Amino acid sequence: MRKPGFSRKQLALPYALFLLLFVILPLFVVIRYAFTDTAGHISFRNFISFFQSSKTIGTLIYSLVVAVLTTVGCLLLAYPVAYILAKGAYVGRHTFLMLFVLPMWINFTLRITALKEILTLLEGNLALYPFLNTILCMIYDFLPFMILPLYNSLTKLDNSLLEAAADLGARRWQIFVRVVLPLSVPGIISGITMVFLPSMTNYVVLDMIYNSTYIVGSLIGSYFSSYDWHNGSVVSIILLLIICAITWISNRFAGGEQERKAGVAL
Amino acid sequence: MENSGVNLIQFEHIKKVFDGDTVVVEDFNLDVKKGEFVTFLGPSGCGKTTILRMLGGFEIPTAGKILLNGEDISKLPPYERPINTVFQKYALFPHLNVYDNVAFGLKLKKLDKKTMDEKVKRALEMVDLEGFEKRSIQTLSGGQQQRIAIARAIVNEPEVLLLDEPLSALDYKMRKEMQLELKNMHKKLGITFIFVTHDQEEALTMSDKIVVMADGEIQQIGTPEEIYNEPKNLFVADFIGESNIFKGEMVGHRKASFCGRTFDCVDDYESGTVIDAVVRPEDVELVSEEAGMITGEILSSDFKGTFYIVAVLSGRNEIEVHSLKYYEPGSRVGINIAPDSIHIIPYDESINHYEGVVGEYVEGQGVKVVFADFEWFVNPKEIFGDGEIIEGAKVEASFKPDCAEISDDAEAGVVTGNIISFIYVGDHYRYTIRSKTEEDYIVDDEDLWNQDDYVSVNIPKDKMSYRLVGEQ
Repeated sequence: MRKPGFSRKQLALPYALFLLLFVILPLFVVIRYAFTDTAGHISFRNFISFFQSSKTIGTLIYSLVVAVLTTVGCLLLAYPVAYILAKGAYVGRHTFLMLFVLPMWINFTLRITALKEILTLLEGNLALYPFLNTILCMIYDFLPFMILPLYNSLTKLDNSLLEAAADLGARRWQIFVRVVLPLSVPGIISGITMVFLPSMTNYVVLDMIYNSTYIVGSLIGSYFSSYDWHNGSVVSIILLLIICAITWISNRFAGGEQERKAGVAL
Repeated sequence: MENSGVNLIQFEHIKKVFDGDTVVVEDFNLDVKKGEFVTFLGPSGCGKTTILRMLGGFEIPTAGKILLNGEDISKLPPYERPINTVFQKYALFPHLNVYDNVAFGLKLKKLDKKTMDEKVKRALEMVDLEGFEKRSIQTLSGGQQQRIAIARAIVNEPEVLLLDEPLSALDYKMRKEMQLELKNMHKKLGITFIFVTHDQEEALTMSDKIVVMADGEIQQIGTPEEIYNEPKNLFVADFIGESNIFKGEMVGHRKASFCGRTFDCVDDYESGTVIDAVVRPEDVELVSEEAGMITGEILSSDFKGTFYIVAVLSGRNEIEVHSLKYYEPGSRVGINIAPDSIHIIPYDESINHYEGVVGEYVEGQGVKVVFADFEWFVNPKEIFGDGEIIEGAKVEASFKPDCAEISDDAEAGVVTGNIISFIYVGDHYRYTIRSKTEEDYIVDDEDLWNQDDYVSVNIPKDKMSYRLVGEQ
């Protein structure tokens, strides 16, 4: 007898269609533009000029530095918060978690505007520390995306493991280093993935706090807004490759964990 | 135990209160000798695990002291105690392999690699898992994980090994096997074992000393034989093994009357004492109808492998018998009980006593007496006799369990509460009902109620007896 309703495959159809129309097709368009010149002939000139220009390479490095600092900053701030949220024994835990997640519900330009006012008050003139302000705003913007995966993996951490470690003679910091940290690696990885990649392209933050230095996102934006589809596409492809590389590395990291867990069966 | 006789652990007036008002352990006192195998036995929620956790350092007692070799350790953190624990769900570290799990404690002590390898090897041999060093935890079966958990604890050579229901997750055969192995291990290592379980059979098989607990309090401490043969109260009799419990009375020197007949017994109490007689099912002998001290009708015979569980109805009492023979339901049999198979527990005169305060006198109704859960008017003669009425005087009121009644109508009784436990006593059940103010009411009732049922207790006013205990 046929079950009424949709099969799983049928349910996936709308998403597959969306994926095809708005992800796969545009990707091919981008690839096409990246490997052709203005006349429509296949060429690698665009790539060569990207790596020859100190301006574009500088932008790439600047973006990486911003992304690394943002990610590290987020991780250092988020870990203790996530730990307290997940393991602390106090009333109103959920309210506390809500306080950290709530900002995600507010439009981020609005949040940055608010932070701008505070920074102006502290620094006098935002233009004095453009780099510092960029990092601060990025961290502020992406912090919840780091807290949530960390919180998730820490709540899954069985308290009896912490007790077992203490029972075997571990002090608090030893429990942290030997049990909590290694078991929260999956959370750290997904947190990094969620913060590192977007922070390389989020040029709206830079615009808003008058940081005129380009990051990769702004570079693509500037090419496209001047109808230079070819160069814009090249930067997009390079960014895509970086993203692929990072995903691959973190997957290998997590995969290594998995492999060690599965072990040799016999 | 004759060995050494030195007290290794002493619990002194331990009390533990959770969340400010939930009393889990009340005035717990216990001495454990070096090398003993002590089991805490009791139903879930009786406080046995809390005691173990306080010994391990995971909970701090609200009051009282825990002495180890004479020193108070009750406030030391777990890592400073020479005590290791085998956790209920093993709590093995999933990110470490077998070797690193077992060596976890040794690494923290910064032992050199060679000694460490040697110790890990020996511990794994102890639990029959030699050669498993490189295996990851996930590839092990439940029984193997259990063994690793034990190896991880004993490798540290603790003075005390705590085992928190370590066998409860294993299947029956595995559990039996591990029970014997643990016992052998205890003999070999000579460490003090403290074992927590709710399984009475497990406790009887393994322990030198059993501590039976209920409701945060010790019910009885003794060897397995003492606990089984000489239960101190009805709870222990009912909880350990199967029991027939009959209500009766002492009627002479070593003579007890129950089930409508006088039996010779070996326990002696004053004639007239109200008693509960405990008879184990395996001690009841079924004979032909003419040869029996009492007679009955077979209700059912259920095969249990090595014996049949036979239910016999004698008068109003249902008697459980373990018999090697099958008896046809409906047939009539005689029942014999040997004197030394009858264990007498005198009725606890201290139950169902409640303190109240005398209030105002109202013409035509009597004096008001206020108890923790209820208040009513009493004829002053019942309290003060012919003496003067004293307002504010303290009285103690008591009633017998068989006078009161249970009802599911909250309005029908004078107090309401939840049934926290019940015991089958011959031809009726004995219920313990706990009110919101933590007073217990013990009531005999023929109907079957369930644990945790919310009921009301109707105490007949004229069956209450009063005693003046003082003035305010």
